[in-house]
This record gives sequence, C-alpha cells and structure tokens, in this order.
Amino acid sequence: MASPVEQFTIKPLVPIHVAGIDLSFTNSSLMMVAAVLLPATFFWFATARRTVVPGRLQSVAEILYEFIANMIRDNVGKEGMKYFPYIFTLFVFVFLGNMIGMLPYSFTFTSHIAVTAALAVAIFIVVTIIGFAKHGTHYLRMFFPHGAPLATAPILIPIELISYLSRPFSLSVRLFANMTVGHIMLKVLAGFVVALGIVGGLMPFAVVLGITVLEFFIAALQAYVFTILTCIYLNDALNMH
Amino acid sequence: MPQFDFSTFPSQILWLVITIFALYLVMTRMAIPRLAEVLDQRQKMMDDDLEQAERLKSQTEAAIAAYETALAEARAKAHAEIRAVTEAADRATAERTAEVNARLAVQIKDGETRIVKARDAALANVREVAATVAQGIVSRLAGLSLDTKRVDGAVATALKEHGR
Repeated sequence: MASPVEQFTIKPLVPIHVAGIDLSFTNSSLMMVAAVLLPATFFWFATARRTVVPGRLQSVAEILYEFIANMIRDNVGKEGMKYFPYIFTLFVFVFLGNMIGMLPYSFTFTSHIAVTAALAVAIFIVVTIIGFAKHGTHYLRMFFPHGAPLATAPILIPIELISYLSRPFSLSVRLFANMTVGHIMLKVLAGFVVALGIVGGLMPFAVVLGITVLEFFIAALQAYVFTILTCIYLNDALNMH
Repeated sequence: MPQFDFSTFPSQILWLVITIFALYLVMTRMAIPRLAEVLDQRQKMMDDDLEQAERLKSQTEAAIAAYETALAEARAKAHAEIRAVTEAADRATAERTAEVNARLAVQIKDGETRIVKARDAALANVREVAATVAQGIVSRLAGLSLDTKRVDGAVATALKEHGR
C-alpha cells in the first residue's frame, strides 16, 4: 500500500528550469489551470444568453455573484465593493481548488502550504497597504485600541501585533491543514477497504462514503472561511476596529 | 511530506501567480461584466415596471376622481333641471288654476245674477198670474166681477202667508 501522503507528491509534467530554479509545469499547475478553465467555461455558458428570467446555469452564476457581493456588503460595507473582483476571483479559485481535489486521481493544490501561504501572505500585504493608504500612520492605532489605559500599552501592543502578524499564518495553515488531513483520512480509510477485503471492507467503505460527503462540505466551507476572513481583514483595514 | 519539499515551492508559486492572474482576467473581463449587466438589466426592468405601475395607478386614480366629479356634476345638474321643470310646472298649474277659478267665479256670479233676475221675474209673473187666475175663478164660480186692486191685495196677502 502506498503511503497516505504520496497523493500530495508534485510530479513535473513539463520540466522547466530557469537559472537552476525548478519552475516545471506540474500536476499541481495542471489543476490550477483547470481551476481557471472550468470557471471560465462555466461563466461563459452561464452568461451566454443573459436572459432576464435566468436559466439553471445563469441562476447558479448569479447566486455565486450575489453570495460574494452580500458577503462583502455585510462584512466590509459599500466601499468594499471596489474589491469585489479580487474577492470573487479568490473565492472561485480556492473553491475550485478544493473541489477539483475531491475527484479521484486528481490533485489538491490547496493542500500545499506553498500555495495557501502565498495567497495568505499576498492578502496580508495588500490589506496592510490598503490600511496604511487609507489611514496613514493612524493605522498603527490598530495595535492599541481606543479607550485602553496607557499603562496597558506594554501588554496590549505586543498582543495586538502578534495577533495581526499571525493572520497570514492562521489563514494559510487553516486551509492547508484541512485539505491535507481530509485527504489523508480518506486515503487511510480507503486503504482499510482494500486490506479487509469484500466482506470486512464494507464497514470502512461506509465510513469512507460518509467522510467523502463531509470532505465535500469541508471543501466548500474552507473556501468560504478563507474568503470571509479576507473580507474581515479588509474591513479592519478600511474601517479599523 | 511532499508539502515541505521546498524545491517545489518556486514552481507552485509561479503557476499560482500565473493561473490566479488568468482567472482574475477571466472574471473581470467576462464573468463579472456579464453578470453585472444582467443583474442591472433586471433591476432596471423591475424599477421600470414599478414606475409604470405607479404611473398607471395614479392615472387610474385621476380617472376615477374625474369620473366622480363628472358624476356629481351631472347629478347636481339633473337635480337643478328637475327642480326648474317642477317649479315651472307648478307655476303654470297655479296660473291656470287661478285663471280658471277667476273665470268660473265670473260665470258663477253671472249665473247667480241671472237666476236672481229670473226668479224675480218669475215671482212677478206668479203674482200677476195668480191675480188673473183668482179673478177668473171668482168670476166663473161666483159670477162676480172683482176689482183688480182687491184681487192683487188678496194675492199679496196669500203669498205673504205662504212665505213667498
């Protein structure tokens, strides 16, 4: 039986080496491309006719659009709507990444810390830039809330600073860990089905079935959580707290 | 774990940047404008429909108000006309009645005068006839020739006795 972490192995499909750095087009890259082509195709057909009374595909596309639009309106407010294209893109990409991973023999690019950390750090940097651009040095008040006694500053400021700096870490690890653990669990349980044979394997098979449903749910939920946390960070940067 | 094989990081991050940028272009150039268009169109259509409904409603209300005003006016006019016609008819009736009454009064008075005259004439004749008859009867029965004056006196006395 193969190791449960073998499924996360990155295999180069088109080797590319630039100045000694491996930039190969891998199975991970292929799924990322799929996460672009799939929504591109979907939105192309869903919005091809653009009828006032939407068809099935168009309804789904509209629901997605309204879902993200409402998420931004509720968590950031009206001025957050100018970041709508970025948030929408982020949600679709992460959601597709998680969902594509649920297909057998595919690859979950969101189960790699390199990907989630790159996304989280990019979000962190952009949000921090937005915060300073909007509030200037006043943005530093983030680390010392209004109304707190000055004597608490030596405790509060490090705490706030650590909580602020840990955002990209928690954001990336949450998604990476959820995806990785879910897939390892599926792999291990599926291994039991094979090991125990037709009769004995029924029990783990039923469990695998249940866990698979759970994993679909987690895939959607983690994409949602990733996006909503981005919205919350954006809200902090725009409106402070 | 393959996740901590740092040699794969540059490739992953490079393709992440490329693909997410491609997706961003797809979303901003195609998906979002198209969806925004259809949602705007729907919103606009609903607003237009609501506006039209509002306009039609106000038109209906205006029409109802106009109708009710016209109805009230027509009713008032009809009442006025009925009253005018009734009054005219009453006046005409009263006039005719008065006229007829006057004529009848005149006729009655004339008749009464004539009756009085005729009665007087009749009464005068009665006296004369009575005197002549009395004289005739006396001359036939008694063979007497009476003096006209005495007969007249007797007739007058007899008439007085009978209350005539």
